[in-house]
Amino acid sequence: MLEKALVGNNKYWAWIFFLLGVISIGGLFYLYQYNYGLGATGMSRDVSWGIYIAQFTFMVGVAAGGVMLVLPYYIHDYKAFGKITILGEFMAIAAVAMCIMFITADLGQPMRIMNVILHPTPNSMLFWDMLVLNGYLFLNAICGWVILNAHNKGVPYPKWVKPFIYLSIPWAFSIHTVTAFLYCGLPGRHFWLTAILAPRFLASAFAAGPALLVLIAMLLKRVANFDAGEKAFQKLGTIITYAALANFFFLGLEFFVAYYSQLPGHMHTLDYLFWGHEEFDNLVLPMRFSLTIGLVATTMLLFPQIKKKEGMFALSCAMLFLSLWIDKGVGMVLGGFVPNPMGRITEYYPTVPEIGITLAVWAAGALILTILFKIAVTVAADDDH
Amino acid sequence: MDVKRRKFLKIAGLSAVAGLGVPSAFTNLLQGEALASSSGQGNPAEGHKPAGGHGGHGEESTGTQYGMVIDIKKFAEHQGLADRCINACHTEHNVPDFGNPKDEIKWIWTDDYAHGFTEHSQYKRNAGLNELPVLLTCNHCANPPCVRACPTQATFKNEVGVVVMDFHRCIGCRFCMAACPYGARSFNWRNPREKYANGNYKFYKNGVNPNYPTRMRGVVEKCNFCPERLAVGKLPACVEATGETKAMVFGNVNDPNSEIAKVLNSNFTIQRKPAAGTKPSVFYII
Ligand code: SF4
Ligand code: SF4
Repeated sequence: MLEKALVGNNKYWAWIFFLLGVISIGGLFYLYQYNYGLGATGMSRDVSWGIYIAQFTFMVGVAAGGVMLVLPYYIHDYKAFGKITILGEFMAIAAVAMCIMFITADLGQPMRIMNVILHPTPNSMLFWDMLVLNGYLFLNAICGWVILNAHNKGVPYPKWVKPFIYLSIPWAFSIHTVTAFLYCGLPGRHFWLTAILAPRFLASAFAAGPALLVLIAMLLKRVANFDAGEKAFQKLGTIITYAALANFFFLGLEFFVAYYSQLPGHMHTLDYLFWGHEEFDNLVLPMRFSLTIGLVATTMLLFPQIKKKEGMFALSCAMLFLSLWIDKGVGMVLGGFVPNPMGRITEYYPTVPEIGITLAVWAAGALILTILFKIAVTVAADDDH
Repeated sequence: MDVKRRKFLKIAGLSAVAGLGVPSAFTNLLQGEALASSSGQGNPAEGHKPAGGHGGHGEESTGTQYGMVIDIKKFAEHQGLADRCINACHTEHNVPDFGNPKDEIKWIWTDDYAHGFTEHSQYKRNAGLNELPVLLTCNHCANPPCVRACPTQATFKNEVGVVVMDFHRCIGCRFCMAACPYGARSFNWRNPREKYANGNYKFYKNGVNPNYPTRMRGVVEKCNFCPERLAVGKLPACVEATGETKAMVFGNVNDPNSEIAKVLNSNFTIQRKPAAGTKPSVFYII
C-alpha cells in the first residue's frame, strides 16, 4: 500500500518537500546540539527540562486522544466513525513517533538510550513510560495497517486483530497516566504533586487530540476530497466539548486547593504562571491567553448553532487546541521548576537551535501523518468507485 | 515570599533580637529527652531518635548510613571556611567552572538559611538567622527519590548508604534532577573537558586531579561523599577542610558509638524539607 503515498499532485509534493526542508534544517541544528551538548538549549540547572519534554508530554496526549474514535467505533459500534477512525489511529502513530523523537532530542547521551532496556528499572516511571509508549505505537501500527490493508483488498479484517484493538483502548489511557506519573510522583515539586494530574492529562488529551483531528479532517475535505461525514464531525465536537469542560473543571480544582488551603508550595507555581511571582512573569501572558481562549472556545462549542457552522467549529477547535498546547506544552512542565527547590526563580528562554529541532520534530510528525493519511484517503477513494 | 518576609522582619525591628541563642534552649530540652529515653530503654541509639525523626516517618534504616552534621554557627564564626570547603570539594572532584549560571555545576554551595530551609518557618525569625549562609549539598537521603526515578540505575545507593553515580551508565534524561527535592544535582550541559588551542583545559581552573575522573558532557553529577577518600581511610574533602573547627562531623549515623551519633544525640539538629520523607543524612546545627 505504501506506493499510494508516491502518487500525488503538485501541492502534495510541495508540502512533502516543505516538510523535508524543515526536517533538514532541524537536523543540522540537532547535529550542532549533539556535538556541543544540551547547553545549546535554554535549559539550566534550575529548569532542567524544557520545550522538548513539554512537547513530549503534550504529544502523548494527542496520541491518547485517538482512543476517542477507536472506543465508540469498535466497542459501541458507532458507525458514523467508520471513515475517520483509521485517521485517529494513524494520528496516534505519528504522535507517538514524535514523542520518541522529543525524548531522544532531550537526552544528554542519546547513544546510551538502550541502557533503559539493558538495565530495566521497574521503580522508574520512565522505564514504564518507554514500555507503554512503544506498546501503543505497536498496537496502533498493527490495528491501523491490518484493517486498512483488508479494506484495500475489500475483505473484512482478520479476527486476530480484534484483541489488539480492544487492548489498545485501556492502553491509550495507560500512556497518559504513566506520563502523568513521571511528574506527580516527585516529592519536591508541589505543582506536579497532585493526584488529579493524570485525570487532567487525560481530559486535556481527549479534547486536544480530537480537536486536531477535526481540523485535519476538514482540511482533507478540501484538499483530498475525503469527507468524514457531518455526523462524525458533530459527534467529535461533543466529545471535545465534554473533555474540555472536564479539563477546565480539573484546573479549577487545582486553583481551589491551592488558594483556599493557602499552602505556599501549592500556590507558588500558580502565582508564577498566572500572576507573576516576585518580579518574574514570563509565562503570565501566554497562560492567561491560554485560559481565556480555552474558555471561550469551550463556551462556543456548547452552542450547537456554532458547532454546526464549519468555519466557527474549526475556529473553536483551533482555539481550544492552541489553549491546551500552551497549558500543557509550555506551562505544565516549565511551571514545575519554578520556584526551584531553594525557592529561587530561574526563567527559561528556548534557543534558536532548540526551536529549530522542535519544529523539525513537528515536521517529521506531519510527514508521517501525511504519508499515512494519503494512503488511508486513497484507499477510501478507491472504495467509493 | 522570602524577600517580603525578610523585609517585614526588618521593618518590625526584630533583626535586633539575637535569636541565635534560642536553639540552645532546644538543646537542653532535647538532652533531657535523650537522657530520659536512654535511661528507660538502656539503648543509647534511642537518644538520637528525636533528631533523626525529622527526616521522615517510619522505621530507621539499619546498616551503615554515612551522614554529616553541619554546624552553621561554627561557619558563621570562621569567615571563609565555607568557601574553603567548597574549593576543596570542587578541586578534588574536578568540578568544572563554566563561569555562567546557565551551565553551572556545583556539588556543595552556600545559600542563606531562608532559602536552604524553605520549609522551616521563617515567620518572625530574626533576619540574622534568615540571612545566615548555610552549606548545602546532596543529603544522601536514606530514602532517595533520585534513585527511585533513575531509569538506568546510574544513580544508586551503595552499601554504606551513599547515593553515588555511574557516569558511564547515565543517559542524561535528568529525571533525577526533577526528582531531587533539594536541587543537589547538576548536569553537564556542555563538554567540561574542552581545551584551548594551547592544550590547557578551559573549565578546570585549578588543573585536573588525577585521582578522580573528569566527566563527559550529557551526564548528571553531584556530591558523592568522596568514596575514593573513604576507601583509603580519609574523611570527605569538605570535612577535612574544616580541620579542627568541628564545623562538620562525618560518620555512620547508625552506629551509636560514632562521633556523629553522639553529636546528633546531644544537639538539636534539623534537616532540609523533612516533610518530603526522604530522610536526609545531612543534619544541621542552627
Ligand atoms: S539530596 Fe537529592 S540527589 Fe541527594 S540523595 Fe537526596 S534526592 Fe538524591
Ligand atoms: S540523568 Fe542519568 S542518573 Fe539521572 S535519572 Fe537519567 S540516567 Fe539516571
